Amino acid sequence: MKFQAIIIASALALSGCAGGLFGDRGAGGMGDQGFDGSGGLGSTIGTGGLNDPSSVAFFQQNVGDRVLFAVDQSTLSPEARSVLDAQAQWLIANPGYTALIEGHADEQGTREYNLALGGRRANAARDYLVSRGVPATRMRTISYGKERPIQVCSTEACYSQNRRAVTVLALGATS
Amino acid sequence: MRQFLTAIWIAAVAALGLAAPSAAQDGPLRITITDGVIEPLPFAVPTFVARNAAAQDIAQDITRVIAADLSNTGLFREIPQDAHIARVSSFDSTVQWSDWKAINAQALITGSVLVEGDGRIVVQFRLFDVFSEAQLGDGLQFVGTSDGWRRMAHKVADAAYSRITGEGPYFDSRVVFVSETGPKNARQKRLAIMDYDGANVQYLTSSDSIVLAPRFSPDGRRIIYTGYESGFPRVTVLDVATLQRRTLGDLNTNMSFAPRFSPDGSRAVYSAEVAGNTDLYLLDLNTGASTRLTSAPSIETAPSFSPDGSRIVFESDRSGAPQLYIMSAGGGEGNRISFGEGRYGTPVWSPRGDQIAFTKQNAGRFHIGVMRIDGSEERLLTGAFLDEGPTWAPNGRVVMFTRESPGAQGAPALYTVDVTGRNLQRAATPAAASDPNWGPLLD
Repeated sequence: MKFQAIIIASALALSGCAGGLFGDRGAGGMGDQGFDGSGGLGSTIGTGGLNDPSSVAFFQQNVGDRVLFAVDQSTLSPEARSVLDAQAQWLIANPGYTALIEGHADEQGTREYNLALGGRRANAARDYLVSRGVPATRMRTISYGKERPIQVCSTEACYSQNRRAVTVLALGATS
Repeated sequence: MRQFLTAIWIAAVAALGLAAPSAAQDGPLRITITDGVIEPLPFAVPTFVARNAAAQDIAQDITRVIAADLSNTGLFREIPQDAHIARVSSFDSTVQWSDWKAINAQALITGSVLVEGDGRIVVQFRLFDVFSEAQLGDGLQFVGTSDGWRRMAHKVADAAYSRITGEGPYFDSRVVFVSETGPKNARQKRLAIMDYDGANVQYLTSSDSIVLAPRFSPDGRRIIYTGYESGFPRVTVLDVATLQRRTLGDLNTNMSFAPRFSPDGSRAVYSAEVAGNTDLYLLDLNTGASTRLTSAPSIETAPSFSPDGSRIVFESDRSGAPQLYIMSAGGGEGNRISFGEGRYGTPVWSPRGDQIAFTKQNAGRFHIGVMRIDGSEERLLTGAFLDEGPTWAPNGRVVMFTRESPGAQGAPALYTVDVTGRNLQRAATPAAASDPNWGPLLD
């Protein structure tokens, strides 16, 4: 049963990429469900799960798919840079993947400003990955502003998890 | 829709010399909103006379909508019908002044409804200043199709409101907003449109992709918004009648958002993000040509035109935190207008041109406020966990906004408040709702 689910998810993910690397993600496709990787290449996808260092699951859980930001900030902390260093190494070692970097904000702020802030955060992560040797053509950024919190409480404990840039992987040939 | 209502003046001898609202300026029947109203003005609206049997139900419905429009402003208080002494059995019968004075009805609205053989509805009404024993303004007659009965009621209430307050009408208008369902971490959002009072909700998009911050074109026929239909945030225009959508803007930019129409409807000002930097752009909707208006490393967003189209107010964090600026519609640096404590965002120019409504974040709370266009006379109208995104009623006297409640079960709702900060009310919506934009007065 589990195996069957994996195959279906893979097929969906591949068909999602068929239209182009990043171009048309399709109405109702990954654009909405893809935040934090939950609808794209999920943790069940990959050739060997957590034990396979080239799997998405390994990337998400061992490398670390996200970096966090201070209030209103898009500068990368030392911790964030070390996560991105590991992401860069992984992306260089696994050239078959492209990355969509999602920028997010907490709910303390207006919708418009948070969209722009999410854009800043996603680009800060992307620029750092480029500086570490990941080809810019393999990455794209998107901002969800405050539309997709990962934690739903209204205290700093949740806000600190929501101010994030998440690297979401997809299979695809680099151009 | 344009031909849907026709209005004619009913000749009324009693109205001579009283047609202009200003004639009542010194009389008792006058509310000046900016002075603030402590005691709402009592009015009576007997059920409109049904001129035939077919009009019986609709006459009652129309009367209730008129009473609700006026009462919900907080400026008027309806005297319940069971307290009425006089009975109005004919639209043209003589007003029993003493009966209305006895129950302290300062304003009296009478009317009639006829349903014609082809289904069209004819609504007539008159407004009286009871203590002056005089009609206030001319009688009016509206003719419309039966599905537009609520609009006719709003037209009647608008006329009464305008004559008594001296302010422009706003009841016969619609609001576009984002209807929200689902959990906080996976909200589903749809564009929806409704009458200003929450009636006639109609959904314009499916919930397949995120939609944000819709805004009406000046004629109310198009809506411009930020949509994720392509997978990425893009300025999109939707035709209200056909529901056809078109994505706009330079596709080489990573994200385009926060659009608003120019007052003539021919252009849109919006934000676009390129390499992490958000600036303002102006899009010619006819040619598709885009012009960059700002070029700073800071975030420039939430632009809104002045009613004459000559200037744009926007939000920028160039000083370190978001503040409000006004620049020429041709672009440039702009002048900062907000100097109070806290962070300012989502400025919206009032339809009268004299004020800016905004969102303010200070000391852990959000406020909706207004200030003059030079930044003076800042007044906060609300305060809560999260208030944002004001939009002006067509007459510039009421502001609608989003109020979101905190916590895991938190959800947004639409609220209205008048420009004096009084009469805070939750607007009726079928589900959670956010990002309202008040459309133009309908014709």
